[in-house]
Amino acid sequence: MTLDKVKKGSKVKILNINNKDIKSQAIRIGLYEGAVFMCSEKLPGGPVILQSKLQEIAIGRGLATSIVIEGVK
Amino acid sequence: MGHCHDCNVNIKIKDGEKKLVLVGNPNVGKSVFFNKLTGLYVDVSNFPGTTVDISYGRYKDYVVIDTPGVYGVSSFNEEETVARDVILFGDIILNVVDAVHLDRDLFLTKQLIDMGKPMIIALNLMDDVRRNGLKVDTAKLEELLGVPVIPTTAIKGEGMDLVLSSIDKASVGNRNPQLTERIKEYLDKVDNEAEALLVLEDDENVAERHQVRISGLRDEIYSDRRKEVDCIVTKSVIETIKGASLRTKIGRWMLNPITGIPMLAVTLYIMFKILGVFVASTVVGFTEETIMEGMYRPFIEGIVGSFVSQGTFFGDILIGEFGILTMAPVYILGLLLPLIVGFYIMMAILEDSGYLPRIAALVDRSLTSLGLNGKAIIPLILGFGCVTMATMTTRILGTKREKIIATMLLGLAIPCSAQLGVIAGLISQLGAFYTVVYVLTILIVFIIVGTILNKLMPGESSKLLIDLPPIRVPQLKNVMMKTVQKTWMFLKEATPLFILGALLISIMQYTNILVIIQNAVAPITVGLLDLPKETATAFIMGIIRRDFGAAGLSSITMTQVQTMVSLIVMTLFVPCIAAIMVIFKERGYKDALIIWLGSFVVAFLTGGIVAFIF
Repeated sequence: MTLDKVKKGSKVKILNINNKDIKSQAIRIGLYEGAVFMCSEKLPGGPVILQSKLQEIAIGRGLATSIVIEGVK
Repeated sequence: MGHCHDCNVNIKIKDGEKKLVLVGNPNVGKSVFFNKLTGLYVDVSNFPGTTVDISYGRYKDYVVIDTPGVYGVSSFNEEETVARDVILFGDIILNVVDAVHLDRDLFLTKQLIDMGKPMIIALNLMDDVRRNGLKVDTAKLEELLGVPVIPTTAIKGEGMDLVLSSIDKASVGNRNPQLTERIKEYLDKVDNEAEALLVLEDDENVAERHQVRISGLRDEIYSDRRKEVDCIVTKSVIETIKGASLRTKIGRWMLNPITGIPMLAVTLYIMFKILGVFVASTVVGFTEETIMEGMYRPFIEGIVGSFVSQGTFFGDILIGEFGILTMAPVYILGLLLPLIVGFYIMMAILEDSGYLPRIAALVDRSLTSLGLNGKAIIPLILGFGCVTMATMTTRILGTKREKIIATMLLGLAIPCSAQLGVIAGLISQLGAFYTVVYVLTILIVFIIVGTILNKLMPGESSKLLIDLPPIRVPQLKNVMMKTVQKTWMFLKEATPLFILGALLISIMQYTNILVIIQNAVAPITVGLLDLPKETATAFIMGIIRRDFGAAGLSSITMTQVQTMVSLIVMTLFVPCIAAIMVIFKERGYKDALIIWLGSFVVAFLTGGIVAFIF
């Protein structure tokens, strides 16, 4: 499934980032294939907020559709 | 002498001096280290062709150079290019790291280590580490990275002396052996190992400088580095996380629309009270009326007037109504400067507290439909201060497409503070109904124009991807330093534009071109907008200074509808001449001309429609 379908409060693992321009920049702020995050907030129609430990990242909805994830227990 | 091959660092280095470069992610407290090292004697050098200033000073035998906060070294944006060139220029690196966000910050650290320069690490924000129930094994980190790691809490001064005394112990860290092997093939083509690494990581700028082809290995190298960082973090950080702290909760409230929108509304209201009421009338009343008009103007007119008299060509240009020694300084120093300083202080507080990126996330959805992303809120807010300043800030936007849309919206539908004051005065005489119609009209134009541009313009806008730093209390010193630096940049860039603008207008007035234009515009204002002929003069004056135009309207007798229509046209109509010039400078001739003429058409068309309806 893609990141825009994530449910608030659930834990996810990033499987693939299908956006070449963003990929290298994302990897530096900690968003990369294999990383595990918790979705701490999801703004209606807006960005998905991912949290790992104390770090939070906001990802625009349009970008979230090109990020493939899987649920983690 | 320090010499830098092909790069832009123009800092004089004496014999025997070493270059110590401060590097770190944004908001890690790097500037506190810089101030501690250099003391009061700091120079600022602009990077040619960029908006980025770098500060440098001296500590013992070191020339200490600051860099913009970056997440990695490459050329993704202006800050990165500047940081990269300064790092390449440096001898020793002081890497300031946010101990709470090691998994993010160590990516840059590992990259710096792989560049092979001697380095020490200040592991900063240790108080946050304790507060958040984390534990960092400093000795383990030092062993894994291979460079000295000194725990600090810079704002409280903890660990600072140890950092200073450890600079001499800087060492080359544990480099990735694979990369050290791989960069060998580039070593004879570039100047040093650091450059070789950047070429290997597909930095097109550096590759181009040395006429080398990039390797296409960036993704692979970044992925490997990411894994290394994760491994280091797992081994050196112990988590004993409890419940979310109050600051985490505040951060959440700012993002959640139910609590976030009221919080944003309150913030904007406070900003309006401080900037729109206190600064715009009380402070500006003093600086513009009392100081500049009351004292400066008679003074300069007296001096210059004894050489050339007013009414002659040169007299008009220098000290006439729109003179470069009269109107330009009064406008820039008396009116704009207090507002610009006020806006930059507010923005610095929002930024340093961690609120600004959360506002960007909150408004992202609304701005997406206009072809922008949340980041564009920054120039849009600044536009209410000065459209010229805001247009310069559109440089932070990701694509050309977004820059054009933002520039158009700023020029068209955002009234600057100079103009807002006069508009507010005029509109208060109209009553609630027409006020609502005015605000709605501007808002609708803003939305329609953005939406249409988003549909029509080719390509795609960049999507929001930002790091949300933790909520913190902003440091006064930092806020002030940012404000001073940005205000200075603005004055340096905008002053020539305002002077050139004043010069053009004086010439147009002296040669009667101004009257010719006014007569040419008159049929439109009378025929289409159903306004008195004199409003044409007010509109043209609005180009000179936006507040002049609106002020000009107050002396014309009009019906309520006419006043409202003329205010709508005035707001939408082209921005002031300095803003027009900055649009041309930033967007280039072709796009700027379209934006400029487009705003004419939209302004008169909207005015015509509203005049027809009422």
